[in-house]
Amino acid sequence: MSTNNASMKKHMGLKASRVVSNTVIYVILIAMSVIWLIPFVCIVLQSFRVENTWQVGYILPKQWGWDNYAALLKTDFKVWYLNTFIMALVVSVLQTMIVLCMSYTLSRFRFKLRQPLMKLMLVLGMFPGMLTMIILYRVLKDLGMTQANAVPGLILVYIASSGMGYYVSKGFFDTISKSLDEAARVDGATRLQILFKIILPLSKPIVIYTILTAFMGPWGDFVFARYISFGTSAGMNVAVGLNGWLSLDQIDQRYTMFCAGGVIVAIPVAVLFMCLQKYYVEGVTGGAVKG
Amino acid sequence: MQTYSDLEYLKLSKWNKFLYKIASFFVSIPVAIKNGFLTIGRFFKNAAIDVKEEFRDIGSTFKNGDVNTRISFFVMGYGSIRRGQVLRGIMFLLMELVFIFYMVVSGGYWLSMLPSLGKTGPTTSYDAILDTYVPTYNDNSFKILLYGVLTLFFIIAFLYTWRLNVKQNKIAQEYLAKGKKLKSGKDDIRSLVDEQFYKTLLALPLTGILIFTVMPIVFMILVAFTNYDGAHDGYINNLFTWVGTTNFGQLLNWTSGSQNYSATFGEVLTWTLIWAFFATFTNYFLGMFVAMMINKKGIKFKKVWRTILVLTIAIPQFISLLYVSKMFAKNGILNGLLMDLGWITKALPFWEDPTWARITVIIINIWIGIPYLMLITTGILMNIPADLYESARIDGANPWQQYTKITLPYMLFITGPYLLTSFIGNMNNFNVIYLLTGGGPTNSAASTAAGSVGYTDLLVTWLFKITTGAEAQYYLASVVGIMVFVVAAVISLVVYGIMPSTKNEEDYQ
Repeated sequence: MSTNNASMKKHMGLKASRVVSNTVIYVILIAMSVIWLIPFVCIVLQSFRVENTWQVGYILPKQWGWDNYAALLKTDFKVWYLNTFIMALVVSVLQTMIVLCMSYTLSRFRFKLRQPLMKLMLVLGMFPGMLTMIILYRVLKDLGMTQANAVPGLILVYIASSGMGYYVSKGFFDTISKSLDEAARVDGATRLQILFKIILPLSKPIVIYTILTAFMGPWGDFVFARYISFGTSAGMNVAVGLNGWLSLDQIDQRYTMFCAGGVIVAIPVAVLFMCLQKYYVEGVTGGAVKG
Repeated sequence: MQTYSDLEYLKLSKWNKFLYKIASFFVSIPVAIKNGFLTIGRFFKNAAIDVKEEFRDIGSTFKNGDVNTRISFFVMGYGSIRRGQVLRGIMFLLMELVFIFYMVVSGGYWLSMLPSLGKTGPTTSYDAILDTYVPTYNDNSFKILLYGVLTLFFIIAFLYTWRLNVKQNKIAQEYLAKGKKLKSGKDDIRSLVDEQFYKTLLALPLTGILIFTVMPIVFMILVAFTNYDGAHDGYINNLFTWVGTTNFGQLLNWTSGSQNYSATFGEVLTWTLIWAFFATFTNYFLGMFVAMMINKKGIKFKKVWRTILVLTIAIPQFISLLYVSKMFAKNGILNGLLMDLGWITKALPFWEDPTWARITVIIINIWIGIPYLMLITTGILMNIPADLYESARIDGANPWQQYTKITLPYMLFITGPYLLTSFIGNMNNFNVIYLLTGGGPTNSAASTAAGSVGYTDLLVTWLFKITTGAEAQYYLASVVGIMVFVVAAVISLVVYGIMPSTKNEEDYQ
């Protein structure tokens, strides 16, 4: 009886400690959620603030209105948005094709130059990408693809080296059993047929992951876009354009407009991302670590 | 250092075991570096042997070759066409003709100018009709260097094709001698979607990488040995020319001069390494911690927590970073709220004070980084066999012991390579630093150096400032870029040397 009681007590103690630890975890998670959400809540609220246009020390607007959104239409914001959208569309298609070609090849074929090639790309990846910018700028300038015509130039820059980012999808292809390929080869399928009839249908998550990350790239790129559009509004993407509004001489007139622009940029991208979140998680957890 | 056998090691106290592990880590660093250099040495030795072998083979092919083979040494593709492989032959011949045409028309010129990078710079002459001085632009150093490099690439490609052509002849000759049939053009094309499908698939991606990554990197490495900057832009202002290793001297203090950036370089490098260390490991451990909290049995709404955190990935970084940067500004929301609450009377110097700024960027980076790490570690944590924990619990291990003995070693083993790439990624984390602080607050002690360096500047943001600054010292930017590479390469070599086992990729398939 007494031993039973003791074990009961121990059980109760364990249960109590679990309740305590779970409560602590809930508190931490709620606090974290608040911290993670606050900036986004703030930016939305600020975008509706119309009593003044500069930075203020309070969160809730005193006067609400759509003025900032209306003001956006009168600026070059439309141009930047369209530029970025076009780049994102084209890049997501072409980059996905290139990355898939590269990663499928490196996962499935064994040829003499395979290892040296992978090592070379590892080494190339250690050079800061910005180093290449100086020359690419001059070359693109000679080709007339800078400043106002920055969009085709930037597309070229984004996709040309995208083969280097093969790691994640190669990791995914590696997990598809090779015996499938071999069975198909025995049945007389060519490698081309194997790619389109067997591997790609099995690779939906990684294809979507690649498209998604490629689509999101141009929305966030700042360095190349700034360098190649260099000061010409017609060639800027949203990141470069909106960043200009936060410069010292503009921030007091444009701060709330920046918030409104940020919201307009963020909503479609974030919604798309949230819809495809499942695939993104699969890509990150499956491929990123294995490399 | 004293070394222990396994048995002796087990007898050590916990503290001594820990000390021993730390000591052996540091002792192994020189060995790892040595091994790294040995690997590089072995690579060159093997390459030399290979080259020797190639020449021997070329010689013997010529000696044993028939007429077709021998003519092919000079007229590429001749042998292939005579032996019926018309398609291959035409390709070889075409390559040779294009090469000769290019070298005669322009390649020769670029190559001959490469050693001097241009002889006559821009000149001005008096125009009597317009009554002004009119500039005439002559040689263009930039183009000479660019096309010179391209020509060198082309020559290498040609030599490779020539070698292929010789090899083809040898093989074809041997095949015919044995009475076998040669592949027809049709077979060649068919094999490009089958056995040699990889060539088709890789052609486009590799061309892109060659032109947009390899070639610019070679070019920029060469720029580090010139005086290319805003005042010597190679065409309009002045030519630029080779200057040897002086630029490296400016950064590493090999030579002393008025423009000496070695102190600045040392400071920026130190901060870059500190930043990379903290950015990598705070995110790693906190991300793992968050993942473990969310995954804990009995915690509800797992999906909700994850979705909230993932918002920082979903929203383009430049928006969140720029906005958060302004939140922490002197007149930003955070300072405003704290003052309204009466907790502070003066705005906190988040971006004005060097130490505050450095700590703030690390903390905001945690905000950015935790969600990624949470996603990555969630998958791995779920893969740890549950019975490990079960048996640990039966043995009376408390949660902390379970973490240090099971979770952490398992995680470190799986994510070792990821940690390395993320360390190097953080060294080059341009966006976070540039969008948050722009490198500031400005380091006035180092303001004489190129591009006005700030206290939070990483090597990459400094590089960017150098190229966009008024003087645009491209040569200095190149040297900094090369230094980034050297640091990254040394760290990688050391870490790869120390890591317990390099994973065998065939194990996965």
